[in-house]
Amino acid sequence: MKSLVTVLGVAALASVPLWADAYLLHVLVVTGIFMVAAISLNLLLGYAGQLSLGHVAFFGIGAYASALVSLGFDISFFTLKPKPVWMAMLAGIAAAGLCGWFIGRLSFKVRGAYFVIVSISFAEVVRLVAVNWVELTQGPMALNNIPPLTLGSLTLWKKPENYWLVLAVAVVSFILVKRLVGSKAGRAMIALRENEPLAASVGVDVTRTLVLATIVSAAMAGAAGALYAHYVRIVDPDVFLFIYTVTMVIMVVTGGKGTLAGPVVGGLIFGLLPEGLRALAIKPETQWIVYGVLMVLVVYFLPAGIVPALKRRVRWIS
Amino acid sequence: MDLLTVRGLSVRFGGLLAIESLSLEVREGEVLSLIGPNGAGKTTAFNAISGYLRPSGGEVLFKDSNIVGRSTNDIAALGLVRTFQKTSVFPSRSALENILIGLHLRSKQSALAILLGLPSVARDERMLLAEAERILSFINLQNKKDELAGALPYGEQRLLEVAIALAAKPKLLLLDEPVSGMNPSETASFMAKLAEIRALGITILLVEHDMKMVMGVSDRVVCLSQGRIIASGTPADIQRNPDVIRAYLGERHKRAEGARPRA
Repeated sequence: MKSLVTVLGVAALASVPLWADAYLLHVLVVTGIFMVAAISLNLLLGYAGQLSLGHVAFFGIGAYASALVSLGFDISFFTLKPKPVWMAMLAGIAAAGLCGWFIGRLSFKVRGAYFVIVSISFAEVVRLVAVNWVELTQGPMALNNIPPLTLGSLTLWKKPENYWLVLAVAVVSFILVKRLVGSKAGRAMIALRENEPLAASVGVDVTRTLVLATIVSAAMAGAAGALYAHYVRIVDPDVFLFIYTVTMVIMVVTGGKGTLAGPVVGGLIFGLLPEGLRALAIKPETQWIVYGVLMVLVVYFLPAGIVPALKRRVRWIS
Repeated sequence: MDLLTVRGLSVRFGGLLAIESLSLEVREGEVLSLIGPNGAGKTTAFNAISGYLRPSGGEVLFKDSNIVGRSTNDIAALGLVRTFQKTSVFPSRSALENILIGLHLRSKQSALAILLGLPSVARDERMLLAEAERILSFINLQNKKDELAGALPYGEQRLLEVAIALAAKPKLLLLDEPVSGMNPSETASFMAKLAEIRALGITILLVEHDMKMVMGVSDRVVCLSQGRIIASGTPADIQRNPDVIRAYLGERHKRAEGARPRA
């Protein structure tokens, strides 16, 4: 029953390009990319209970690494010839995963508020590198003319193909998190979130578990960044802006952290909302006021998030 | 044979010597109780033995290898598992999931196999689930398997806690005041359960204030006071030991006992 609903839902989503216009598709692609990032953040924040306020760093590293490998670069000690985009995307995922490993190792020593500070600082440091290492990143001049992904004879210039690619990545991310959560590894993450001393007493390796969570989460965020780079086809240091992390956190928290569907629902609502409000042609300032008020209302009335609240309602009816 | 040997264990908190050169051994298959007045250092000793606290001196030999300085999860993997004095479960998870977490060490899933969704993972999950249900029945909580651990009554949470520890397949189980806060009938049924656990071949080191329980289940009793062992022996010996009585009741107990005016 549940899997049938999922399949039908995915099929419905896959049919969108058949009727939607280019504008809506564009909005959905960007929303989908952020949804992937939100799904990855949910693993760390919702399940492992680690608030990473520098999550955008993994997103940006994925975007930059993928863009650079596909464009090639020439710095004083190293030259790289342009590589195919699929290889570049994998490199972006790997680079983000590697940074995730590094942050995961750190989180063994620093927890709670300290982890939050370390993650914010990490994102800021990476942003400053992107701004100042002009030789590699072109700094504020941005990397442009990034090629789109080519699969066989098909190059993804158009929006429908990009939409399907993003949808596929989102489905894969969702499945990966689902597998983790329903396994020994995911239970260990939840155990750490709920009661760390008790988890350790039954043999849960705290470091290993957190490192696994951050690697997978970071690699997934890196994949989102790589999708972004080859869709928008320009990457500048603004991809590291703190506001993007905030957006991801809003998607996860309002949707329901620690639930599989949470970041999907939250991502859809808070990804489409700004565009929807703009379509209503109210003043820009008013748009953000409405956005803010809605967010406060959701957090106030559904503190556990939309998905847990819906589940409770369904259980209550049946 | 000694399963656990503690030699010259000392724990210092700044200027306070919480445990001073503690030595004891736990023999395979026995129930050894550690008693003593509040602040005697019982829980501190537990923390030092199970790796939650680094002792300032001495060694802890478990199965003849020194485990001082090893991580708590390594120690658990060797077969030394503890429970906590304050009720400690995974509150927002169901009772069954609590046990599944406890089965962590018995699961053989690798991260890669999980991400790839290999059938071996599903097989392992089924095995774990069956095992978790078996453990819940053992501890008589099979009817509560879908209830959130945090919503269970206090006595059942304490049972669940022991079940989580049992899931980790201990050779030596350290129980820190398992019946504190239980009513007498709950305590009595826990004592019976303890005998069953023992019959599984699990050695038990117990910290407990409930003297009826200590005297009822222990093979040997060690009494700590102010970080030092003041007496050890069979329950009957301990009950008669004047040092133990003094530690618990103070010097003036004699006056209380002997204060009956002579005719």
